[in-house]
Amino acid sequence: MRPYWAIVQARFRMLLQYRAAALAGLATQLFFGLVRVMLFDAFYRSSTAPQPMSYSETVTYLWLIQALLLLLPWGLDFEVRNMIRSGTVAYELARPTDLYWLWFSRSLAMRTAPVLLRATPMFVIAALFLGLQPPASPMAALAALAAILGAALLGCAITTLTTISLLWTIAGDGTARLLGTASMIFSGAIIPLPFFPDWAQTALNLLPFRGLMDTPFRLYIGHLPPQEAIPAIAHQLVWTCALILMGRAILGRSLRRLTVQGG
Amino acid sequence: MQVLVENLVKTFQIAERQPGTWGAIKSLVHRRYRAVRALDGISLAIEPGELIGYIGPNGAGKSTTIKVLAGILVPDSGRCEVLGRVPWRERVAHVRQIGVVFGQRTQLWWDLPVIESFELLRDIYRVPPSEYCRARDELVAMMHIEALLDTPVRQLSLGQRMRCDLAASLLHCPTLLFLDEPTIGLDAISKLAIRDFVLRLNRERGVTVILTTHDMDDIEALCSRVLLINQGRLLLDGTLHDLRARVTQERRLVVDLLQAEAIQDADATIIRSDGNRVHLAFDPERIAAADLIGRIAARYAIRDLYVENPPIEEIIARLYGETEG
Repeated sequence: MRPYWAIVQARFRMLLQYRAAALAGLATQLFFGLVRVMLFDAFYRSSTAPQPMSYSETVTYLWLIQALLLLLPWGLDFEVRNMIRSGTVAYELARPTDLYWLWFSRSLAMRTAPVLLRATPMFVIAALFLGLQPPASPMAALAALAAILGAALLGCAITTLTTISLLWTIAGDGTARLLGTASMIFSGAIIPLPFFPDWAQTALNLLPFRGLMDTPFRLYIGHLPPQEAIPAIAHQLVWTCALILMGRAILGRSLRRLTVQGG
Repeated sequence: MQVLVENLVKTFQIAERQPGTWGAIKSLVHRRYRAVRALDGISLAIEPGELIGYIGPNGAGKSTTIKVLAGILVPDSGRCEVLGRVPWRERVAHVRQIGVVFGQRTQLWWDLPVIESFELLRDIYRVPPSEYCRARDELVAMMHIEALLDTPVRQLSLGQRMRCDLAASLLHCPTLLFLDEPTIGLDAISKLAIRDFVLRLNRERGVTVILTTHDMDDIEALCSRVLLINQGRLLLDGTLHDLRARVTQERRLVVDLLQAEAIQDADATIIRSDGNRVHLAFDPERIAAADLIGRIAARYAIRDLYVENPPIEEIIARLYGETEG
């Protein structure tokens, strides 16, 4: 564990330095959050049909998206990308570590450090002024917290998969965008998943992306009761394990046909 | 035997595209690949404590060999054992025993101070704290990098960075060190520092070093044995002396005359004369150096003279030229 933990810590420390980026990001996400809340406000005012979530539940869901948005496996690990393009990746293989877990550790730091920087201020601002409700119950809070950890691991497994795809395509933006966009839509980060039509729900339940945002948020607002936390978190973990196994298999094959760029 | 390689072959598939837009469109439908044999049946054996110079023109297969021996690349065929292991099969156990430096790239974390990179490597190699402190202090003293430890890597000069990179590759006390062009782009003083360090490492600690370089001074200063490779094949395996003998027996006689004049002798040819200094080439098989000197000293007024070997660059250039065909 020691090497991997050291990598997570080092990168974490490095990413925490970017204060200006965190501040700019916070402002952007506040703005987009407000736009979204206004959209749903208009939607609730103009419709009399019963909705899958109450207005205040929806607003809370929307602010949780804004607070934890960076947990989504969006974009790729530029450090590894540069290493692969320049051939420095040779050093990664010259280390006595498992390459998969090395890259998983990198993405763990990459995904969690910026979230920690932004989530807390966003949470406080939204709770004080913008209608973010507290968790439905202490149990709901606990379940949501566990599911957020599950979401982080799931997001890292997907990020690591895009990192590995770099070994095949070098550019890698394609896979990253594809998976990034899929994560955005099918996790509920664009429109909360309960608003999707019934026929889509079965597919959404099968896909891994629900676990990235929808699961922890619905546990938080109590739309998903705490007793359903166990199967929901199991869903996250099963997908995480499946993606890790898949990533390891692809990585193993890639390394056999690896070409290191440059002399 | 520390390194044993038999008949190693490695091919790379290179996607070929015709130039221009039409070529780009065509390659969408049909890709043509060309196989390039980077290693074409390399065999070699290295004993513990050797300091090997691995030379050859660009694209000869030097770096590929190093990467296979370091467990980074998997060859197509052939046998390879390093420190009793097949590098790519037991990569993790293997790389724990070796150190690698690729001169063109750094293994230090760009944004971190040097010392933090060292500590990360300590954790990655799971070096016990006491051993780490000893190794670090020794290396820092040997490389004179005490003052650099708190500087972020991005602010180091190339020479400083290379010294730190070398130290970084040795924190886990490897018994075998691969240096891929460690002196590339360095100034004379930095080169000397690196050479001095590598030599001490080899003499005092018995670390086996395999070094690729284009700098023949590196080879002359360091290497007891030279391996010459071109187009994936090993062309020569011997001492620097063997290398010279293989190309030419020729020796040089440099004569400083009291006044400028042309030296004429049946067994020597003038290759250059600037002012009072004349460079002569002769074949020691046909005439012994002492006889030639005696003859010339008897006929011309001489201030000074000395015998030397043709510069190693010339030898290598001739060898590369020979092997292109």
